[in-house]
Amino acid sequence: MPHILLFSVFVVAACGLAYELVAAALSSYLIGDSVTQFSTVIGVYLFAMGVGSWLSRHVHNNLAATFIRVELGVGLIGGFSAAMLFWAFAWISGPFLLVLYLLVFVIGTMVGLEIPLVMRLLEPKLQFKELVSQVLSVDYLGALAVSLLFPLWLAPKLGMVRTALLFGLLNAAVALWTLWLFRTELNQRKLLWAQGGIVLLLLAGGFAGAERLSSVAENALYEDHIVLTESTPYQRIVLTRWKDDWRLFLNNNLQFSSRDEYRYHEALVHPGLAAMPWARRVLVLGGGDGMAVREILKYPYVQQVTLVELDPAMPLLFQTHPALRKLNGDALNASRLRIVTTDAFKWLQETEERFDFVVVDFPDPSNYAVGKLYTNSFYRLLERSLNVRGRAVIQTTSPLYARQSYWTVVNTVESVGLHTQPYHTLVPSFGEWGYVLVGREPYTPPTTLPTGLRFLTPTTVSHLFDFPADMARVPTDINRLNNQVLVRTFEQEWKRVQR
Amino acid sequence: MEAGTTLKRRTFLAAAGSLGLLACKHQSADPMPPGQLLGPNLKLGHHLRDRKPLPTATETRRVGALVVGAGMAGLSCGWWLQRHGEENFTILELEDEAGGNARSGRNRVSAYPWGAHYLPIPGEDATEVRLLLAELGALRGDPAAPKPKYEERYLCNSPQERLYINGRWQEGLLPQFGVSTAEQTQQQRFIAQVSGLKAERGINGARRFTIPSARGSTIPADEARISMRDWLLANGYTAPSLHWWVNYGCRDDFGTDYTQTSAWAGLHYFAGRHGEAANAEPDEVLTWPEGNAWITQRMAQQLGSRLQTRALVWHIEELANGLAVDTYLPREQRSVRYLADRLVWAGQLGFLPHIWPGLPTDWRSAISQISYAPWIVANLTLPQQPSEPSGQHAPLSWDNVFYQAQGLGYVHARHQDISLDTHATVISYYRPLSEYRPATARSALQQQPREFWGRQILADLGRVHPEIASECLQLDVWRWGHAMVRPTPALMSGNALPVLRKPSKRVILAHSDLSGFSLAEEANYWGVHAARWLLDKPGRKA
Repeated sequence: MPHILLFSVFVVAACGLAYELVAAALSSYLIGDSVTQFSTVIGVYLFAMGVGSWLSRHVHNNLAATFIRVELGVGLIGGFSAAMLFWAFAWISGPFLLVLYLLVFVIGTMVGLEIPLVMRLLEPKLQFKELVSQVLSVDYLGALAVSLLFPLWLAPKLGMVRTALLFGLLNAAVALWTLWLFRTELNQRKLLWAQGGIVLLLLAGGFAGAERLSSVAENALYEDHIVLTESTPYQRIVLTRWKDDWRLFLNNNLQFSSRDEYRYHEALVHPGLAAMPWARRVLVLGGGDGMAVREILKYPYVQQVTLVELDPAMPLLFQTHPALRKLNGDALNASRLRIVTTDAFKWLQETEERFDFVVVDFPDPSNYAVGKLYTNSFYRLLERSLNVRGRAVIQTTSPLYARQSYWTVVNTVESVGLHTQPYHTLVPSFGEWGYVLVGREPYTPPTTLPTGLRFLTPTTVSHLFDFPADMARVPTDINRLNNQVLVRTFEQEWKRVQR
Repeated sequence: MEAGTTLKRRTFLAAAGSLGLLACKHQSADPMPPGQLLGPNLKLGHHLRDRKPLPTATETRRVGALVVGAGMAGLSCGWWLQRHGEENFTILELEDEAGGNARSGRNRVSAYPWGAHYLPIPGEDATEVRLLLAELGALRGDPAAPKPKYEERYLCNSPQERLYINGRWQEGLLPQFGVSTAEQTQQQRFIAQVSGLKAERGINGARRFTIPSARGSTIPADEARISMRDWLLANGYTAPSLHWWVNYGCRDDFGTDYTQTSAWAGLHYFAGRHGEAANAEPDEVLTWPEGNAWITQRMAQQLGSRLQTRALVWHIEELANGLAVDTYLPREQRSVRYLADRLVWAGQLGFLPHIWPGLPTDWRSAISQISYAPWIVANLTLPQQPSEPSGQHAPLSWDNVFYQAQGLGYVHARHQDISLDTHATVISYYRPLSEYRPATARSALQQQPREFWGRQILADLGRVHPEIASECLQLDVWRWGHAMVRPTPALMSGNALPVLRKPSKRVILAHSDLSGFSLAEEANYWGVHAARWLLDKPGRKA
């Protein structure tokens, strides 16, 4: 019997470490920052084991029965721990970390009870020094076995959910084995058999259905994470949600994060438009998400906004999706807005209309097709579309990460005879971001801004125009259709950043 | 390379031998995309060659000057006459449309070229070309400026050229990827040598190599007499990649293999271009979706009713007080006789012996020195840009060339399109049949169906774009039996060209044939040259 009990120590130790590893790995997988996740999970777990060991003193009678119930408890909670964590992460957007540490603490406490109880069960059968040496060495041996198996076989082959369930089954098996060993000494045997049977069935059922269980859990994770994907003839649109953070990706490039897009769009629109109280007709090129339009509509005296967007799927999405309508303040359904879905370059070439303010919000010049929208030929058309006192703002990549690219745009705009006023601001999800205001006459910053802005104040506006030494102006070539220097420069500069 | 050429030739001849068979037996599993087999009006043209009887003239029309042919030369002649207030002329054109080699097509996706599709930015010697471009709005400011400004929408957009070599695309056409440093050293030595030639001036102070070539110093016999290949070998160039590059240039501009191209013409290709611009690099080109038809269509439009298309000149006769030019009008199924004081022959010179019994004997024997290169041009309509293996090192460019391939590669017709719309597009595939004797290739051109050429084209493109056969929506093939004059050593070193350039009493020849190679700028020069001759004569009735 001692040997059989020692074998269960081995199994119990293995299970204990397995739950710890599952919790740590899962939390670092879901949250990232693996160093923090591993050390906090291990810390909480070891501390909880101490608590459990300490609590073992309160167990006076029915040692075997308590041990069996603890085993069944560990098996049940530990076995379903991974599935619970997935669900907690996917469906409860709030206190994932609370659930994590609570779970780790409960499992740790129960695992902490195990060894003292086993030692006391063995106490009458072994000498103290034999007892300590055998129990502890088997305990550590079990830990070794799992710590090797986990990364090499369990995690990759079984996955987190099934690994936890497998060890839950082992725990339950130990409980039933112990029950059988102590069948003559125990009261309430029937109840224990019944409890053990139920736990075993639950775990076995969970393991058998784990494929579905984990896919339900993981799908829930990703379904909530990736809200929408759409492939249009022009691009791949992906919308993700991370709790309250909505992100839009076009061809895998981040377009906005709802956490800080207000910084980007306020800085895009207001420094220019707030300084033009005479503005009545505004044009937005690109920007089918309606965020820039939302900012423009904050000016009651703007009579008409025209949005020219290449991909009809974009305005349609942002006109209809409830969460996105909330994000852009339903700007794309505004009566003052006219939406034209066509190619901006072509449209600008053909239109006879003139505008007071033009927002040029194209994707970054990462390929030759988009690069055409950053050439002097395009800016000539832009200049033509402006009223006498008209002005335009151009989103212009990062003057910090892509300094040469940024100033290439500024110099290209100046080469068609327009005044420029470069500025920049910090958009955390993008980094330090650049814009350039252009017009036929020099620019004076606004003294008042519309109400209800979350980021800009008249004082912050005046600070946007200051360029520190590491973003200061550099000489560049002019970007033309026949050289497309910007696309090459841009690619080189961002490659350097990503390295 | 030699073995490869022989093999290809043998395969081709075998295929050409079993003409009819191939036409009805579709062995290939790939279905052929729909399309048409197009080309110049062979039926009318061959009337001349075969001297079939045509109806005698039922009407006489008097005109001061008659220009025959509305390609770049004839159009340039008319343009220059109009610029100088001369209106008493008529231009006759055999085809339905003016433009000659610069003809183009258009479908619901794009316009596309059927021949000449770009113009290198002209140098200072190409005065008239610059003037023409300024009139058409492609050149801004002073056309005589050393570095004029060009309309950037017409300058070839970046990325311009790429080459598929050793399994991947590289930027530019000079073979670099996977080419040994020894070969690259030879390439650089060659480039240095031709840029030396580029700067050289002859005894009269003119550049030795320039465009138009007639404004350069006289052709030196030594270089003209040998082939471009022999010139390379004589100068110690053995690198296969350099030989390919130079041969590519000769096939591209002359439709002629470098073994049969006069070294003078071959060197002219590399050393003759002196265009500079304020807003472009020296080697850049002007281009349009429809190719040079952008130019010729505008020229033809300005000519209005002075241009008569579908008019087959079938008989020329010199009378005491002028020229009688009998012209068949297929639309009216009758002939008219033009009585002209003087005649500008702006068609291919090869026609003349068939229709002018009184052709001066020195011209007749000079014309017999001229041979023409046959070409195939195909336009492929695709649902999107041609798909290719991912991770390529150069994106779809204007000119896309395959190293050591049958064809010259393809041009992306929608390259100059400013829109981001990447829907359906058209690629124009070019192939001179330069590996065969012109007559052999021409008889194949005449007899083989579209599918025969289509299969070869899809196979050539399929090496790089494996999906092309299934992607292609439409494959139209244009066969040019006599696409362009071949600048052979015999032609370039002989006396033929100087003889042909001299006008007779009432007739002047105006065609790029007079240069020995077919460039738009050369044609323009000879057209303007003829117009000047018409304008200079004091005794004209106008």
